[in-house]
Amino acid sequence: MMLLWLILIPGLGGTLAWACGGRYPDAPRWVSLGALILDLPVLALACGAPSGAWLDRLNLPWIPQLGINFELGLDGLSLLLVLLTLLLGIVAVVISWSEITERTGFFHFNLMMSLTGTIAVFLALDLFLFFFAWEVMLVPMYFLIALWGHERRTYAAIKFFLFTQGSGLLMLVAILALAFVHQSETGVFTFDYFALLGTKMAWSTEFWIMLGFFIAFAVKLAAVPFHSWLPDAHTEAPTAGSVILAGVLLKTGAYGLLRFAVPLFPHAAMAFAPTAMLLGVIAIIYGALLAFGQSDFKRLVAYSSVSHLGFVLLGIYAWNTLALQGVVVQMLAHGISTGALFILAGALQERLHTRDFAQLGGLWNSLPRLSSWGMFFAIASLGLPGLGNFIGEFLVLLGTYQVKPVFAVIGAFGTVTAAAYALLLVQRAFHGKPRDVAAPDLRARHIAVMGALAVAIIWLGVAPQKVVDTAAPSLAALRASAVTTLADGAP
Amino acid sequence: MMTVPVQHALFLAIILFALGVTGVLVRRNLLFILMSIEIMLNAAGLAFITAAARWGQADGQVMFLFVLTLAAAEVSVGLAVIIRIRHRLTTLDADAANLMHG
Amino acid sequence: MILLLVPALPLLASAILVLSEGRMSQRNIALVGVGAVVLSAVIATLIAITFLNQQEQSVALTLWQWVHIGNFAPTVSLYLDPLSLVMMLIVTIIGSLILLYAAEFMEGDEGYNRFFAYMDLFVAAMLVLVLAGDLLALFVGWEGVGLCSYLLIGFWYQDAANGLAARKAFIVTRIGDVGFMLALFLLFTQLHTLQIQTLLVQAPNSWAVGSLAATLTAALLLTGAIGKSAQVPLQTWLPDAMAGPTPVSALIHAATMVTAGVYLIARTHTLFLLAPAVLAAVGVIGTITLLVSAFAALNQSDIKRILAYSTVSQIGYMFLALGVGAWSAAIFHLMVHAFFKALLFLAAGAITMRLHHEQNIFRMGGLATRLPLAFWSFLIGSASLAALPLITAGFYSKDAILAAAWAPGGAARLLWLGGIVTAFVTALYIFRAVFVVFFGTAKTEVSGRYGWRVALPLTALSVLALVGGLVETPPVLGGAKIFSRLLAPVFGAAPPPAPVTLILFTSAISLLGLGLAYALYWRIGPRFAAWAARPAIAACRNFFYGGWAFDELYHALVVAPFLALVRVNRHDVIDRFYTGIAWTCRWLHRRLGALQTGQVRWYASWLAAGSVVTIAVAVLR
Repeated sequence: MMLLWLILIPGLGGTLAWACGGRYPDAPRWVSLGALILDLPVLALACGAPSGAWLDRLNLPWIPQLGINFELGLDGLSLLLVLLTLLLGIVAVVISWSEITERTGFFHFNLMMSLTGTIAVFLALDLFLFFFAWEVMLVPMYFLIALWGHERRTYAAIKFFLFTQGSGLLMLVAILALAFVHQSETGVFTFDYFALLGTKMAWSTEFWIMLGFFIAFAVKLAAVPFHSWLPDAHTEAPTAGSVILAGVLLKTGAYGLLRFAVPLFPHAAMAFAPTAMLLGVIAIIYGALLAFGQSDFKRLVAYSSVSHLGFVLLGIYAWNTLALQGVVVQMLAHGISTGALFILAGALQERLHTRDFAQLGGLWNSLPRLSSWGMFFAIASLGLPGLGNFIGEFLVLLGTYQVKPVFAVIGAFGTVTAAAYALLLVQRAFHGKPRDVAAPDLRARHIAVMGALAVAIIWLGVAPQKVVDTAAPSLAALRASAVTTLADGAP
Repeated sequence: MMTVPVQHALFLAIILFALGVTGVLVRRNLLFILMSIEIMLNAAGLAFITAAARWGQADGQVMFLFVLTLAAAEVSVGLAVIIRIRHRLTTLDADAANLMHG
Repeated sequence: MILLLVPALPLLASAILVLSEGRMSQRNIALVGVGAVVLSAVIATLIAITFLNQQEQSVALTLWQWVHIGNFAPTVSLYLDPLSLVMMLIVTIIGSLILLYAAEFMEGDEGYNRFFAYMDLFVAAMLVLVLAGDLLALFVGWEGVGLCSYLLIGFWYQDAANGLAARKAFIVTRIGDVGFMLALFLLFTQLHTLQIQTLLVQAPNSWAVGSLAATLTAALLLTGAIGKSAQVPLQTWLPDAMAGPTPVSALIHAATMVTAGVYLIARTHTLFLLAPAVLAAVGVIGTITLLVSAFAALNQSDIKRILAYSTVSQIGYMFLALGVGAWSAAIFHLMVHAFFKALLFLAAGAITMRLHHEQNIFRMGGLATRLPLAFWSFLIGSASLAALPLITAGFYSKDAILAAAWAPGGAARLLWLGGIVTAFVTALYIFRAVFVVFFGTAKTEVSGRYGWRVALPLTALSVLALVGGLVETPPVLGGAKIFSRLLAPVFGAAPPPAPVTLILFTSAISLLGLGLAYALYWRIGPRFAAWAARPAIAACRNFFYGGWAFDELYHALVVAPFLALVRVNRHDVIDRFYTGIAWTCRWLHRRLGALQTGQVRWYASWLAAGSVVTIAVAVLR
């Protein structure tokens, strides 16, 4: 039952925030913050009684006529991602405190609904419910960008909407196709994940349905060549939106690949893996190349996400334990480091009303704290050993090396290009001829957020074993389910 | 009792309908267009009546009553729209009222 | 457990300085920043004493399990054996001296706090590098020192040129690091561990000499070492790295970090023994480097750039030694080089800080009497660098290398020849600097005076640069074997000593270089300058001055294409595809929207025509 509450609390919190936002502009902040913090102990309680890889399960009938259930499950993988969602959710609420002053109620409603949808995505084990949560997560994000975004928000919001809806449609078609194929195979029409696992189907059917899932998730993961919505959406979104987009929403794509696209179609996924890994490697280099060429702080960080998520894609399709663990760590570390950089971009925007490097630079003198935090997270993002991103990238590359050495070699050069863009960011934003800025440095609220994120990323880099242990059973189960199907023989 | 042949009556209806269509297409004054539409409706009504007389069924007359009601409703709405257009555009030229062009 | 304190103290100090955000007074900052390293040097010395008095040849200290995934289980562990002991002592002791010097050198700089925070972080990372018991942990230190190097080269961030130099240093070394990382992948995939000692035992059991895996691994490790140690072809970053404050150049870009590559190869020398081809390549690269950069050093006018090229060249000697398997000679030269090169840099800093940061040697002149402390320090450092016989430490270490290069005979004699030519050029270029800087007419005003924090390190390093070599001498000069005996557990027996004639020849060569420098730059100075200004000679000198045009080459081959690619693709070609879809939609919208005229009669006509056509079709069919 805890899983239901896990979803309901932020959802109800968001609604309450909207309701009271009209009269008390500050109330939505407290309500949202309270709801998210309240969700943490609920999450802890949900881990109470593990069975197998699953920490908690819930199955309620929803639309039984159509074989649709309200089925949720929490395993180590989703636990980590839900934790990341809550953490970055709290951060997003906190850093919006001074940035969002208009329509706070509706803003927090959208923010909380998006988080609710994300949490539900990470928990859903019914494909229909998954699709439902997917939409719940995306539509509020459209409003966040369109209403509270920067200069080109309409363009960015529409682009975001078209990409995600297009890919969502593809996913819906793929889900339905899978359900029908399963029905013709077994006579049962169901969206249940466990029932659909190991569905036998013709090779070409399997491949096309897999491709539908893959493209849907690849768009969300911003894999090249489906990445081009990301820089616009990230750049134009308000800070909280960017944090949630980069930190959490992108991960739903990776999660979908891990949970659905590979285990449901192991044969097709295995045949497709080299292509997917190639796309991952291309994303690593291509994203870095683009990041290097940007003159907008947020755009640079956005393209760096493309590069980082290339590692994720590469690792997922390497599909061995090392690479998958690397994927998990990389997802968390990227969420933290990129989130932090977006927050700093937001803080700069608030103070200087620009994100353009031509008007930045030389800020170290006047904004030493902001600049040093910026440098810290830029360095984290270039994958310095001792910080979380390194563990992720290293494990992914190590795992990849055992499968396809050539991709690991090319991917490793991604660390050089990462250094190029990350240090360029530091140079063009903070170093250089001193510039007098009549703006206050970071205040306590931001410092606290930055400190928490820094602790998280150092912890991830120095002692990631806790994360590894948490994710291990579910990754093993995912691999096992794919292997079982493969062992059943060719389709 | 002298009966008008069905063909004649239908022929009249066709002529009336054609006149109405021509009116709608060639007149630019909205009032005349509205009147032309009325003529088309009446042409249709005449055809119904003729058919009803020919087969001795009441259906046609029922339909004619519908047509009458429709025409009344259409005129009232149409006139209201025309008054608004006159108000907004200070003209009754149908071609001037092209605010919904693509 | 006390071993942990050695890297932990500087790390802690760095954290304190970072968190204090510069609120402490400069006195306290120096106290924390220097004190931590001095304390860790004291502890290191105590550890060394205990270590030498005990029977075991190594101490391993596992701190925690870093990650454990299947059989991938790197630990965060420290490993102390004679090799890491020597390195630890070099890092902490020279580090303390340089930091003490920096406490005065950097006085008044607004980034005083930042400077010591970075420096302490560097010392900590360097200690992790040398003490790591696991290649992955070593890699942490390896990248950590690279980061600190970046931070400190770009320390004076106000000037964009410094930032460029800093990024160049980081990115060029990172290209080498890719090789290192790939070596880690290969080692783990083949041998299932990254624990250094286990690897060194397992590798000879699993791999045949000259096998592909061994050769590949060694080559990849070599790539990493080349990048870090600024060897050809990745040497271009080091001269530019002189943009950092002088103590930084002394500590990072002369004494410690740049020698990390030498340490890495020495540490994994068993792997290199399995790959004779790569080992030969180490020697060849070293020889090429030392020749290339010695000629570059001969033509520099910036005192720090002279020393930078000299550093590249001297590390070339160490690579040469590694290439011929003279491991302990390489480490011996590493240590002695740390002494005299740190001394030279500090002396150069002592000159520039009194000359309003003038670094051009041709604007100095006549400083011998006006800056006696700097003069004598620089002179002793130069003598040691030029390997003047008997009295200098550099003589003994360089002699050991040349002897080792001579011993195998055959093609290795070519390496020896390169070494001996460079020994001559080395004496020439460093005494060129000495004569130009300290003799002749004064050209710049001297201001200020030295405090004890500058004087003490200079004196201490002077002593070390003179007598530091006496721990290892050729048989004819006493035959002390303290150093090679200490390192014997790691490297095995030392190669045979050099014949006396060779020693005499080497000594003569370096004296000849000194003499020629005296003749060219002092006795016949103006006439020589006129000769050197001839177009053909000047073009040649310009070529050397620019570091053999490596920068231009890389710019044309790598940087320019990269930048061009970035510029072309700034707006993302792939996005054009999606924008194209959007444009197509908009175009269709315009075309189709034109049908929607808004005219009622137009619509009515269409309706009528449509009805006619429909009815016609229905009737006529």
